[in-house]
Order: sequence, then structure tokens, then C-alpha cells
Amino acid sequence: MDGTFLMLIYVFVLAIFVGFELITKVPPTLHTPLMSGSNAISGITIIGALLSAGMEQYTISTILGLVAVIFAMINVVGGFLVTDRMLKMFKKR
Amino acid sequence: MRIIIEISYLISSIFFILGIKKLSSPKTARQGNLYAAVGMAIAIIVTLLDQHILTYEWIIIGVIIGSAAGTILALRVPMTGMPQMVGMLNGFGGGASTLVALSEFYKITPNIPVNTGIAIILSLLIGGITFTGSMIAFGKLQGLVTGKVVKYPLQHPLNALLLLFVLGSGAYVAANPESVELTLLITFAALILGILLVLPIGGADMPVAISLLNSYSGLAGSTTGFVLQNNELIIAGALVGASGIILTNIMCKAMNRSLMNVLLGGWASAGSLPEGGVVHPMGDVKAVDSEELAMLFDVSSSVIIVPGYGMAVAQAQHAVRDLTNILEKKGVNVRFAIHPVAGRMPGHMNVLLAEANVSYEKLYALEDINDDFNNTDIAFVVGANDVVNPAARHDKSSPIYGMPILNVDYAKIVVVNKRSLNPGYAGIENELFFKPNTLMYFGDSKEAISKLVNEIKNI
Repeated sequence: MDGTFLMLIYVFVLAIFVGFELITKVPPTLHTPLMSGSNAISGITIIGALLSAGMEQYTISTILGLVAVIFAMINVVGGFLVTDRMLKMFKKR
Repeated sequence: MRIIIEISYLISSIFFILGIKKLSSPKTARQGNLYAAVGMAIAIIVTLLDQHILTYEWIIIGVIIGSAAGTILALRVPMTGMPQMVGMLNGFGGGASTLVALSEFYKITPNIPVNTGIAIILSLLIGGITFTGSMIAFGKLQGLVTGKVVKYPLQHPLNALLLLFVLGSGAYVAANPESVELTLLITFAALILGILLVLPIGGADMPVAISLLNSYSGLAGSTTGFVLQNNELIIAGALVGASGIILTNIMCKAMNRSLMNVLLGGWASAGSLPEGGVVHPMGDVKAVDSEELAMLFDVSSSVIIVPGYGMAVAQAQHAVRDLTNILEKKGVNVRFAIHPVAGRMPGHMNVLLAEANVSYEKLYALEDINDDFNNTDIAFVVGANDVVNPAARHDKSSPIYGMPILNVDYAKIVVVNKRSLNPGYAGIENELFFKPNTLMYFGDSKEAISKLVNEIKNI
């Protein structure tokens, strides 16, 4: 196993710990927006999708990339918008 | 250029972390979501500057279609449909991970290092399960697929076999990365596995399934990060993965079930209700009419409302809000007790009440309000059933024994609004209805509560 890969595993493990610390502080009242919002964040796969779809040759890779861009964008745009729609309603009266 | 891109990814990751941090309070949550969106925008823009991207036509087409579809979905979904929406979004995330991993495989085969090969296989497996599993979950919640526990022959051996096939042939592909057909077969197996794994899960357990699939969609993103050797994908995926696991755990605890038990589709078999008929062996219930009830509310000084999903089904949120307002005008202390599984996903009930303009400060979680029922005049149960069944505390033979419940029966008077005496999701009788301090207020929640509000007004 080479050094870069080990580094990636480091990042993964540490990020899991950060995730646990952050999420346990989210109150139950916000759990639905948390899910939809974190969902939008997991749409970060869009980075990979863009790289796949932007290759010059039109191969099976670019076509898969195109579908991936569509899927990831639905996830990103839909996720952030619907989360905002919900959070807008959480008001104190 | 490379270094600028890498640093931008780091900044984008920081925005994600700050965004989630701001979700720790309803006051800053909206801003937090905006932070996360900014982080995403940075990541997308910077990626477009990457020198590996040579043509933009596919990208533009994809971005336009995806954004338009996402916008339409987000603006049109009703708040009651939020579990389906999140289920579907999970699926698209998992699908995107699968496609990216497959695309990367085609691009670099047969020169794939073993590390990357393993990451590709895991991406295909987790992403594939997330994609089809989420679509089945969506179908169940939307009523397109049966919400019942589906049993099929050889359920467990079949799933185990499929998983073993994916792992075994995955190891082979990692060592022999020229096997295109086998890789496609692995993808196919993962997609089938997603369907088979979610199909047996009953409708009542969907909050767990959705949370777990949420976690998978994050992990799928992380594995794709390993494929592309991209730290930001790994970080963002890990955050979401952790979030999903925590929520899954909370949901399991709230239903007193082990994750294994949910995944194997256990609960429905425990319900021992005779087919077609409902028996009431527990004695008589006391019914109350709106006039009498209005009088009781009028002389009360503290009320806790316990909403269940039945309230949302009857679209009674606004009537409940009107009741809250009129009682508060009379100086009554009104609070809401929200059980973790009151809705169809974590926090769902809170969103439904927020939509009806109920202040989030009046909403209390189970552990924060359960001790207060003792000194409450009226506990008003609207459309909730199993989560207020005292049998969970003492009846060892009950399928819900041990499940944390709201102790509504400790209040001076319990008022239960329900259409009829039919049992709840778990299919069991509720002894609360037969307690001496319980009054049944029968009727459709929306109509019945509006009527009650009018009666209180007339006093």
C-alpha cells in the first residue's frame, strides 16, 4: 500500500470522528433538515461526475459521466433547496 | 493550478463542516445550509477549471437537466412527503457514485492499481445498494410498492450468496482489472441486492431504512473519493456516513429494536391481531364530546399535546395550532411532546408542526418532557398510538415491551383523539384507551379539533 492511499485512509477516519462530534450536537427537532442537507453534501460526487463527463473522447465513460452529472445535480440542487424550504419555517414566536 | 484546486477543495470541505456545525441550533441552521451550498459551489466551479476537463457540452446538458429536476422536486414536494424525497435523493447520490466508479473503471482499465480496484468494487457495491434500495424505500413510502413486510423464499441465503459473489469476484477483479464483464456483473448484483435488502423492511421501519440508506449514500461518496484519490469526497462522504449512522441508532433505540432485527424485517410477525377483526378485551372506554372537552380545557392550566403521524394524515396540524393559540390566550401553558418516531423519518413531526407555524420552542423531545406529565392537567394525544402505550413499560408479552414511550397516562386527564379504536402500526391493542383517567374524543382529527376550538371560543 502506497503513502497516498494511507493518507486517504487517515483523512477518512478523522473525518468520521469529526462527523460524529458535529452530528451529536444537532437537536432532534432539526433531524429531517439534517438528513436532507447532509444528503445534498453527499452530492459532492458531482466532482467525479464532472471529470468523467468532461473527457474529450465520447466513450462509454463520458456517457456514464453524463448520467452521473444529472443524478448528482438532482441530489445537490434538490437537497439544498428542500432543506432551505424546511429551515425557513423554523421560527420562534 | 493543481495546488489552487486542492486548496479550494479544502476550503469547500471547511464550509461543509461549518455548515453542519451551524445546524446545532434552529437560529443558525438556515445559514448553515447556505454555507454548505457555498462549499458545494466552490467545489463545482473549481472542478470545471481542472485541466482534465476538455469538453463542456455533456457537462452543461447534465447540469441543466439535473438542476431543473432537482428544483422541481424540491419546490413541489409536500412536507408530509419529505421521507420519500430524502429517500429518492439518497438514491440519486448512490447512483451517481456507482456511475462515477464504473466510468473510472472504463477509463483506466486494464491499468488499475489494486488499491483503486478495491475502491471501485466497494463503490459499485455500496452505491448500487443505495441506488436501488432507496428507490424501493421511495416506492414503499409513496405507496407504489407494498409497505408490508415482504418475505420471499431463501431470503437470507440468497442475499448472503449475492454479497459473497460481489466480494469474491470483486477480489478477482481487483487482481485482474481487465475483466469488464465481471465488473458489470458485480454492478448488476449490487443493484439486485439493494432491492432484495429493502423489500422485506416493513412500512413502520422505514425511518430506520431511510437513515441507514442516508449513511450508505455518504459512504458511497467516500469510496468514490478513494477511487479518484480526492480528499474532499472522502471528507464529505464520511460526514454524511456518520450522520446517517447516528440517526439510524437513534431510530432503533426509539423503537427498541436492534438494527439486525429491522433489516431482517421482524416486527410485523410479532403483531398477533386476528385477521380482519378487532377485539376489545380490556373493558369499556369513556367517550367525551366537544362541549364537555372544551370545558375541561377551559379550566386547565397546563396541556401537553402529543402528535402522531395520524395527525399529519388528517391534515390537522393547523387545527392543532389554532387550539394552541386559543389556549395560550386563556393563559394555559401548552407544550408539545415529540416522540423520535412520531413521524415517518427522524425529526419529521417537527417539520410538519413548523409548517403549521408552531414555534420550535414549544416542541420537546421525549427525554426533556417525560417527567412533566405528572404535573400536567391534560395530555392530548392526537393520532399517536404505539408511542403512548403503557404496555411498553410493564407488559413483557407485548411486542413493544421496552420501547421508550411518552408517559401520557401520568397526566391528570388523558384525552385521545382517534377515528376509532383500531390499533396502531404495530398492530396491538392500546391499554391507554381503557385507563380510568382516559377520555376518548372520537372523530377525524381536523374536524374534531376545529369543533373543539369553536366550543372553547364560545365559553
